Amino acid sequence: MTRPGLAAGVTRPGLAACQVSASYGTQRVLDAVDLHIAPGETVGLHGPSGSGKSTMARLLALLHRPDGGHVSIDGTPVTGIRHQVPVAVRTRVAILFQSPRAATDPRLTLADLIAEPMRAIGTPPEQVRARTAELADTVGLTADLLTRRPHAVSDGQLQRACLARSLVHRPGYLLCDEATAMLDASTQAHVAAVVGEFQRRHDAGVLVISHDAALLARWADRVVELP
Amino acid sequence: MTSIDLDHDGPLLAVAGLTVRFRLPDAVVHAVTDLHLSVRPGELVAVVGESGCGKSVLAHALLGLLPRNATVTGSALLRTGAGIRRPPPLDLLACAPRQLARQVRGRAVGLVPQSPATALTPVRTGRRLLVETLRAHGHTRADAPTAADRLAADVGLNPADLDRYPHELSGGMAQRLATALALAPDPPLLLADEPTTGLDRPLVDHTLDLLRRRCDAGAAVLLITHDLVAAQRVADTVAVMYASRIVEHAPTEALFSAPEHPYSAALLDALPQRAFRPVPGHPPMLTDLPAGCAFAARCDRATEACRVQPAFAAGRAACHHPLEHSQVHAEVPA
Repeated sequence: MTRPGLAAGVTRPGLAACQVSASYGTQRVLDAVDLHIAPGETVGLHGPSGSGKSTMARLLALLHRPDGGHVSIDGTPVTGIRHQVPVAVRTRVAILFQSPRAATDPRLTLADLIAEPMRAIGTPPEQVRARTAELADTVGLTADLLTRRPHAVSDGQLQRACLARSLVHRPGYLLCDEATAMLDASTQAHVAAVVGEFQRRHDAGVLVISHDAALLARWADRVVELP
Repeated sequence: MTSIDLDHDGPLLAVAGLTVRFRLPDAVVHAVTDLHLSVRPGELVAVVGESGCGKSVLAHALLGLLPRNATVTGSALLRTGAGIRRPPPLDLLACAPRQLARQVRGRAVGLVPQSPATALTPVRTGRRLLVETLRAHGHTRADAPTAADRLAADVGLNPADLDRYPHELSGGMAQRLATALALAPDPPLLLADEPTTGLDRPLVDHTLDLLRRRCDAGAAVLLITHDLVAAQRVADTVAVMYASRIVEHAPTEALFSAPEHPYSAALLDALPQRAFRPVPGHPPMLTDLPAGCAFAARCDRATEACRVQPAFAAGRAACHHPLEHSQVHAEVPA
């Protein structure tokens, strides 16, 4: 399905950043960078603070519009950011952030947090309940925890809920932006195991952003270095 | 545990039998149970454990920062002053709030907070915060600004960045500013509660080495962290906490090469440098802890004996079936 006129990287299935650039004010953080994540592959992204790792994740998750270049999902170039992109396209990519506390609505119980993306697209309540229970079990949250709100659970438990939420629509690509940096070793290994299992089952591509070289060496198939 | 000895080269801080409970409408949270710990001047003690095991509650209890529904028992004696006429040690758990505010927090005990973004006043620049703190601790109007620059350089913060407001700083810069503020009064005891969360490795190492240098200069440091690699880098001894209790306390080298408690071993195995295998099962709810060893349900060495709470009787682990050193197989080295 090679389409003439497009760069070779664009037509490959996968999530790709093609020659993307991004700036904050006059500060350029990414300058014509390429990145490709194939289905089933785990790519590590490594680099010092301020090298644009998180910006790359935000571009790929369609949360930011690049200044130059574009993002393509399974060979289709995407223009526009989150809400401007059709649901079927934007739910292909999910992102898991570093700080679950900053990423969650403090008024929602963990069950509501996981269910929200399903309710948003009008999933029937009984399906929502069943899938929430299934996901909670996958990530290791007990029924008792699901009734609590973020302030009453630990960071590790909240990040597990965020992971469940990110897997709701069975994304083809999961971006973990320092998602385990604030977790203890056991929770980190568990999150990695849950992501790995999901990846095997759904042939998903995973981007792991971390400044922990030991973690990337263990988790990623290959590591991309940002200068 | 040995009796508390607060003589000349005794511990600066001696915590004995610290127990913290939170009353909820329908349950009681067992956050810290019968915790014994002491830190000497020049010693760096790390407390490690899974999230939600009670580590941070320990720091908050020592500083009198627990919410109202908390009940605290036990003692935490802090040696203050020096010489023959020094005052008797202060029990941090029995102190009046006023005394904690005036003598302890920020003076006798410096806190390097977990979340600098919420610990810094948003309406002051870093320089103003630092100068204010230094002035409150005896620096003159004339020398406070130079001391602020020196302190900033110490923690690896460009003095020019001091003129920014907290929201203009990156997470790492804010963390360094919070660290500088904690160090400003030169407190004899430093409590570092997850001081390296959100920093990249070089900055983590920088912050840890800074704590280590303070320690080598005579400060006592209690480092609370989930980061085992951080504890391994700088701690003299490491206490492993599980479900509100310390289950093993050992010299750093010994703990990392030959853990005795099965939980310590399992936690080390979760490191990406080792097996990258999570501790099987889930930690128990702190509202519903079993009568015996709380780790028994996840432990492959558990027997009937584990229905009774194990003591530290012999050895350094509170376990009925500690791992023998010869049984600990060598994992892939870090």
